[in-house]
Amino acid sequence: MRQEIKSIGIDIGTSTTQLVFSRIVVENVAGSYNVPRVSIVDKEVIYRSKIYFTPLRSTTEIDADAVQKIVSREYEAAGMRPEDLSTGAVIITGETARKQNANEVLAALSDFAGDFVVATAGPDLESVLAARGAGADVLSEENRTVVANLDVGGGTTNIAIYQKGTLRGVCCLDIGGRLIKIVDGKISYIFHKTKKLAEDHGIHISVGDRADVDKLYQICTLMADELAKSLYLLSVDDAHKTLYTNDGAMLPKEPKVLALTYSGGVADCIYDAKDGDPFRYGDIGVLLGKAILAQKELSGLTLYRAKETIRATVVGAGTHATDVSGSTIRYDKSYLPIKNIPVLKVSAEDEETLNTFEEAIKSQIPMFRSEGKLEHVAIAFLGKKRTSFKEIQELADVIIKGAREVIESDYPLIVVVENDIGKVLGNALNVKLHNEKPVICIDRIHTSSGDYLDIGEPLVGGQVLPVVNKTLVFNT
Amino acid sequence: MEAKDLKSIIEQVLQEMNVSSADGAAVAKAAEAAVEAPKAASEGISLEIPKKGVKLEPSVIEDGCLPDITEIDIRTQYLVENPVNKEAYADQKYLAPCRLGIGKAGARYKTLPQLEFRAAHSAAQDAVFNDVDEDFVKEQGLFIVQTQCDSKDTYLTRPDLGRKLSPEAVETIKEKCKKNPTVQIYVADGLSSAAVAANIGDLLPAILQGLESYNIDYGTPFFVKYGRVAVEDEISEITGADVVCTLIGERPGLITATSMSAYIAYKATVGMPEARRTVLSNIHSAGTVPAEAGAHIAEIIKIMLERKVSGTELKL
Repeated sequence: MRQEIKSIGIDIGTSTTQLVFSRIVVENVAGSYNVPRVSIVDKEVIYRSKIYFTPLRSTTEIDADAVQKIVSREYEAAGMRPEDLSTGAVIITGETARKQNANEVLAALSDFAGDFVVATAGPDLESVLAARGAGADVLSEENRTVVANLDVGGGTTNIAIYQKGTLRGVCCLDIGGRLIKIVDGKISYIFHKTKKLAEDHGIHISVGDRADVDKLYQICTLMADELAKSLYLLSVDDAHKTLYTNDGAMLPKEPKVLALTYSGGVADCIYDAKDGDPFRYGDIGVLLGKAILAQKELSGLTLYRAKETIRATVVGAGTHATDVSGSTIRYDKSYLPIKNIPVLKVSAEDEETLNTFEEAIKSQIPMFRSEGKLEHVAIAFLGKKRTSFKEIQELADVIIKGAREVIESDYPLIVVVENDIGKVLGNALNVKLHNEKPVICIDRIHTSSGDYLDIGEPLVGGQVLPVVNKTLVFNT
Repeated sequence: MEAKDLKSIIEQVLQEMNVSSADGAAVAKAAEAAVEAPKAASEGISLEIPKKGVKLEPSVIEDGCLPDITEIDIRTQYLVENPVNKEAYADQKYLAPCRLGIGKAGARYKTLPQLEFRAAHSAAQDAVFNDVDEDFVKEQGLFIVQTQCDSKDTYLTRPDLGRKLSPEAVETIKEKCKKNPTVQIYVADGLSSAAVAANIGDLLPAILQGLESYNIDYGTPFFVKYGRVAVEDEISEITGADVVCTLIGERPGLITATSMSAYIAYKATVGMPEARRTVLSNIHSAGTVPAEAGAHIAEIIKIMLERKVSGTELKL
């Protein structure tokens, strides 16, 4: 059985706002006589919007109405209606995510959202989506190597590392093409961290100064060196550590990066550097691209051409945000879709014994109360070591004991397990709860503590559920 | 045999092998050399034979055991010497339990893969020829009936008899089983008794629990010795079940000897076309794990009851 669904990706970034419509094909790839295995078999972008500058009401506020107009116009141009869409993601990324009115913007877009999934992205998710949109994951898998995608945007550089197709680390630095803006040959804006970086190296610039190409190129060279440091190609100093967005963590030291792809707006100035006015975009993007291309340590790595550059994040959001659950699962359809379910993760250590398992659930539940009342929560764990029928019964018992408060609440009991035991565990929970409590028990979904999940309506004759994991925290 | 006789035989053989008569002298010489060679060899061996009076070391009995070669995971076993890219090969090989990348000695297998191959073959044979442990079956709460086969030999040589219950079996089922259940499940040895031992403990309760979660009632499960798939048709008729499901050992291969299948049919009748059976195969620890497979089978049965068809007519 094969099903085609349409997905939308909207990326409201620091500098640009874009939208894509994609086609995602899910199909049962298992042979006859086997348990079904429904996977995403094809993804294709079917419509790309124009690239708009993100409309801002002030330097800290997005103009929600203007964003809504852009989206509305693009829906029309694509001949698409909200009800045609099954899934997707709206993400507010980069510096903009820190802007205060992100929720207002999402609310303004909710008419277009219908039943599909809406997400705000942290910088980690943005790194992952950009890398997947750029095709770094596929390149690393096909070439059996370690590829880092550097999504160099206006406000930030989002890095994700893939080793042979598997995500190994993400980080986000405050390095971007629009951290210094130029109007009429004069500097009109300097991001404070950028100013500090320049001053640390004896370069002084201020708003209102004439835009001096040599001076600004020198600053871009410093920024490019910082990127090399983030990949451990140059030795890391304390000043470097202050450049991470929201005091985020650095990449893990292993695996060593062997190849690069670039995406984001600046990427086009790296792959296809053109002569002409370096300030034609009113910022230092062109110079930064030139500086990155010339950076010695970065040029020492293999350079692959990214599948998408400036559109990598939006393509990632439109085609890679959605995953499908395992194909043997148990759920109560009447409760779907459910959005923004926080994940209560039972750690691998706590899974070791049934006592610690139960305790891990009980001790974390209070964190998921809002104003003293429990809301949606998904109990998540690996479930690798308990696969026999007897062990699954024990597992169901401790979940019921640990999650007593969830069972007594009005919300369904949601269990997300990574190993393929979702259906038998779901059955056990149903029987032990006398088929009186709605249970949603899905498998083959990787989660971490602090994640939020959206679970959509069933696909492919009810065999799988689409799942969007919205935070993908990956700082180790 | 005299050396002279041996020489003439070799001469004759060489001539029959079309060595031309012009080379007569060469033939004679070759024959002579052939006769001399074993002589020298036997002298060489005689040097190894201990002479009288030499004290032999007593043999030492060690209390160890040989490593169990069936414990080796062939997905991680890579024996090619001087590979161009071992890592890439190993990555691919890990995806499937195939006997690839195991090196060679000349044109042949190396000793270890050869032994592993024979061990897998033996396990497959054992799975076919051994009987299921009756105590194990009883521990699972199943009573035992038999088809018209009276031995493993009959079972293997007379498939027709493996599809019919013995008269005693018919009586026992009538006596012990719940009448007209919605679902009748039973276990059969089929071609792998090892599959029954490895999977039933997880598979059967998972199916029953799944049915319970859907509020579907089921009949009394039991075990059929020397059973083939189609005996389910007779069992369906006797019990009057809407759906009959047999859990049966699959013909073993060299990758696993413990794979099990479920053959499920809606209102099965003796003589019905094979196309009316719905099959779920590859149930074993390295395939679909038995507990999860059981949960899936329960859902197949649920859908079958809703749509009132099975086999090729049932699109899942």
